[in-house]
Amino acid sequence: MAVAPETMIEAHGLKRVYRTRGKAIEAVKGIDLTVKAGEIVGFLGPNGAGKTTTLKMLCTLLEPTGGTAKVAGLDLRADPVGVRRRIGYVSQSGSTSELARVGNEITWHAELYGIAPKAARERAEELLSALDLEDVWDRKCAALSGGQRRRLDIVMGLIHRPQLVFLDEPSTGLDPQSRANLWTHIRKLRDDFGTTVFLTTHYMDEADSLSDRILIIDHGTIVREGTPKELKKRVSGDAITLTLRDTGDAEAAAAITGALVGASEPNVEGNVVRIQVQDGAAALAKLLKDMNSIGVEAIGVEVAQPTLDDVFLALTGRTLRD
Amino acid sequence: MRRYIHDSLVVFRRSMVISLQNPVWVLVSLMQPILYLALFGPLLQAVAKTPGFPPGDAWQVFVPGLLVQLGIFGAAFVGFGIIAEWRSGVIDRMMVTPASRTALITGRVLRDVVIICLQGIILIAAAFLFGLRIPLAAIFGALIVVALLGAAFAYLSYAAGLALKSEDALAPLLNSIALPILLLSGILLPMTLAPRWLRILSDLDPFKYIVDAERAIFRSEYWSQTTEIGVAIAIVIVLLSAWLGNLVFRQQTK
Ligand SMILES: Nc1ncnc2c1ncn2[C@@H]1O[C@H](COP(=O)(O)OP(=O)(O)OP(=O)(O)O)[C@@H](O)[C@H]1O
Ligand SMILES: [Mg+2]
Repeated sequence: MAVAPETMIEAHGLKRVYRTRGKAIEAVKGIDLTVKAGEIVGFLGPNGAGKTTTLKMLCTLLEPTGGTAKVAGLDLRADPVGVRRRIGYVSQSGSTSELARVGNEITWHAELYGIAPKAARERAEELLSALDLEDVWDRKCAALSGGQRRRLDIVMGLIHRPQLVFLDEPSTGLDPQSRANLWTHIRKLRDDFGTTVFLTTHYMDEADSLSDRILIIDHGTIVREGTPKELKKRVSGDAITLTLRDTGDAEAAAAITGALVGASEPNVEGNVVRIQVQDGAAALAKLLKDMNSIGVEAIGVEVAQPTLDDVFLALTGRTLRD
Repeated sequence: MRRYIHDSLVVFRRSMVISLQNPVWVLVSLMQPILYLALFGPLLQAVAKTPGFPPGDAWQVFVPGLLVQLGIFGAAFVGFGIIAEWRSGVIDRMMVTPASRTALITGRVLRDVVIICLQGIILIAAAFLFGLRIPLAAIFGALIVVALLGAAFAYLSYAAGLALKSEDALAPLLNSIALPILLLSGILLPMTLAPRWLRILSDLDPFKYIVDAERAIFRSEYWSQTTEIGVAIAIVIVLLSAWLGNLVFRQQTK
């Protein structure tokens, strides 16, 4: 089957079984996925879901134990070297030696792609300043902060201007400002160079604000996929969170939520009550009135649109927090 | 092939520069051969007078042993370095580049070989101060053998390090291999002094023949059978370890 050039990743039944001490761990259980050129796809899942394993297979770092994949137009098994030329990979666990100087590490890495040191330096300076990493060229990698080192990993992964980049939890360890900055840069990569981005994350806000499309993986299988909007639509209604004075009040408040039309089972945790309703604003007005009539007063009230967190919770019955 | 050489040289330069930027490492590497010579050499002067001691003066017997030891122990522990590199993500990062897999290990081995040859030259130079006298050809020949040994042990150590990925597992493995080799090869004291059973055991140690060859080279017997056997064994060991090292590197993606 001829793959249209606009398909960057096409995997069928991709599977990985790890064998350690006679025990077999099925980390990825035969997943299918398609990523179009120029897409930013978020790969979302809790710890141990199989995100890194999938990425490593697509990056030629790990041989699949089953299935086939075409990456950047080339067959993963038949032409791994060709795939490597076209992709960039930022691993979850870093990429630089503590003992090396930043500038050296970048240029040596570029040389392995056949980029001359001078050109490498020009590209690197651009990337470094885009990610707010100025004046680090002559420093040892060990002398960078965790977040700076993480951004250096990203610079290394982009130095050869790949058509497709895999970012494994790129924003781990970054402060909010650096994260926002990184997101801007990732969007720019796609908008200016048409780079396809496949990133894993367990941050809902990251997947939500950055990705065109989200794949949710759990226990080695893709449990749902869609645009952030589509996914959120599947979780019905708004979430109301009430904070009360004590657990007694919380129980009392939970008991009367049953009177609300279309409300979900209340979820009580200590003095906090959570419910989901169709129309948060209208339901809240009635709820507060009812509570007033039995003499229970809320000390905190929140109405929220559904988040991907809720999507994940609804799909797997677990939250995504690590 | 051009690609392979280019990639090996990049990896070589990288490891070399990183090593040289560490002053403690440089100092220790330079001092080590001199310490051996200064602290162990004087003992040997006395031993050289015992019957059964092989031909040549004490330095001609002792320095070749030290050189072989340098080749083995100078490279045997480089595997610790690759575990650290693997842990910091450097190995994976290099493996996603189109660089030749063989170059990723060979470049590193090349660094170790160059360092060991430099240490060998320092050792021989220092031995000259103590009274060693051998021709330039012998120095050259002796260094070739040391380079072969260094390459073999560097490949083996990288293979073991990357296969085990644990310092705690690598240390006992290396010790349990290197120690018997050291004791049985007559590196420190010639096996001609040993009782019969020990000599038979030592005949089974391939490194004994390399030590013998190194001593023959020091006596300027370049084309003697002893030299040829030792060098041939060294070449076979290098080829085997290079094969093993490359195998382990390729197995990383399995
Ligand atoms: N080298 C390995 N050997 C054996 N099992 C492994 C290995 N690597 C991963 N696993 C197992 O495979 C499963 C998937 O791991 P993976 O690293 O792909 O998860 P992940 O989604 O990236 O998680 P995280 O969010 O923690 O990074 C886990 O159960 C993990 O324990
Ligand atoms: Mg992971």
